[in-house]
Amino acid sequence: MKPELADVERIPSQEEGHGSELSLRGVTHSYGELLTLDCIDLEVEAGGVVGLVGPSGCGKSTLLELICGLRKPSGGEIAVGGSSAADERLGRCAFMPQRDLLLPWYSAIDNAALALRNQGMRRGPARAAAADLFDRFGLGGFEGARPAELSGGMRQRVAFLRTLIAGKPVLALDEPFASLDAITRAEMQEWLATALRTDPRTVVLVTHDVEEALYLCDRVAVLSARPARVVTELSVPLRRAEERDAAVTDRAFVAAREEALRALREGSR
Amino acid sequence: MRRVLLPAGLLATLIGLWQIATSTGAIAELFSLEPYLVPSPAEIAQSLWGNRELLAENAWVTLREIVFGILCAVVVGIGFAIAMHRWRALHDASYPLIVASQTIPVIVIAPILIVWFGYGLPPKIFIIALVCFFPITIAALDGLRSVDPEAVKMMRTLDASRWQRFWRVEAPTALPQLFTGLKIAVVIAPIGAVFAEWVGSNEGLGHLIQADQAYFDVPRQFATVVVLSAMALVLMGLTVLAERRLVRWR
Repeated sequence: MKPELADVERIPSQEEGHGSELSLRGVTHSYGELLTLDCIDLEVEAGGVVGLVGPSGCGKSTLLELICGLRKPSGGEIAVGGSSAADERLGRCAFMPQRDLLLPWYSAIDNAALALRNQGMRRGPARAAAADLFDRFGLGGFEGARPAELSGGMRQRVAFLRTLIAGKPVLALDEPFASLDAITRAEMQEWLATALRTDPRTVVLVTHDVEEALYLCDRVAVLSARPARVVTELSVPLRRAEERDAAVTDRAFVAAREEALRALREGSR
Repeated sequence: MRRVLLPAGLLATLIGLWQIATSTGAIAELFSLEPYLVPSPAEIAQSLWGNRELLAENAWVTLREIVFGILCAVVVGIGFAIAMHRWRALHDASYPLIVASQTIPVIVIAPILIVWFGYGLPPKIFIIALVCFFPITIAALDGLRSVDPEAVKMMRTLDASRWQRFWRVEAPTALPQLFTGLKIAVVIAPIGAVFAEWVGSNEGLGHLIQADQAYFDVPRQFATVVVLSAMALVLMGLTVLAERRLVRWR
């Protein structure tokens, strides 16, 4: 009942071999009369990182909530790790919301260790497990800090570690860096790329920033304006290069960005 | 320091002015009263010291009523707020009744309760709890409803049970607002206690004030009010201390 971190980190590899880790087939969703998602198909292999870009309000966040089992689709099928039951999906996905939502009554390390505590681990071992990640991801020394004492970028890092530490095979990231300034955002993108190289997970990243999606993901699905459907899927030329600045100015990258923007414009008409 | 000195200075000034106004007989003359009906601060202080044992005995009685009354209101109020937060139908059904319960004047319901439950402690606790129930329940409920639904969703994907979501997110979110309600409750609780004792009691500070009415012992009435106010201030202070200890992130 008390997973050690080592066990937790092995989960993704155990889930491999099922083919798709995440599979959406003909998923529709509507709020009452209002159709928000129109027949979405998406396949993500284990360890794959897929970006969802689309115009504001097109239903990207709703799609993430559907994947995580926080919401029921109106039609179609969603399977995570081969299972389509909502509570099974909830058990296999960790969700990182737009705002960091660090709980102000906990220290940074207790926020990061929340999932372990929820899973029944005692405070001591949970903190020790989180402290290990703090050191590895450049947060060493800030374990005891209150969320209010951290900068925006650091809060976002703690929020990401909180998601990672849950040990779920699938991470659902909802515009994780939207609230940060341009410089911090670029830093955080590099940081996340490193984190995903060392701790590979299946990731669905929602963003409205095409460059961010192309830099961080293997594939990018461009969604149309509401009701959202997949306009096109792009394969990304350079995958999570260490040097972000070099990567985003590469000719193939620039071409992919133009293509994505074209699809985005097409879809929002 | 400023927060202690300023109110203390204002209080000293007011007491000084009152002392001058009474010892010169100005107030008594203004309202055409016998001077012994308008005691000076010095006379009140004298009465306070002279009656210290009597006042302490009766203060203890009233304090006990107040503490039990507030505790009952806290337990029932928080429990009810949680239930209302959990079950929407209960909320919709009982909210108007809770508001209505607050509009019943205590002075009307107190005699009925005395008839039903006699002169003992229970009707007093009930009356004080009734007075305190409303601010505590409404504050706790508003606190619980201010929880960020996104945070709850996040906790669900982090494997939190309903119980863990409550203790780790909802309860701490509600705590600052609960304390606001509690501060109102501890200040109005002594008023409830005085009403309860007026209607039916043979002890307590409220009873003492009423008894002194018959003897025209105005200095002792004032002295009793001073004790009652001091009691409310101490309760308020304790609540603020508890708040500072429990709500450290503010």
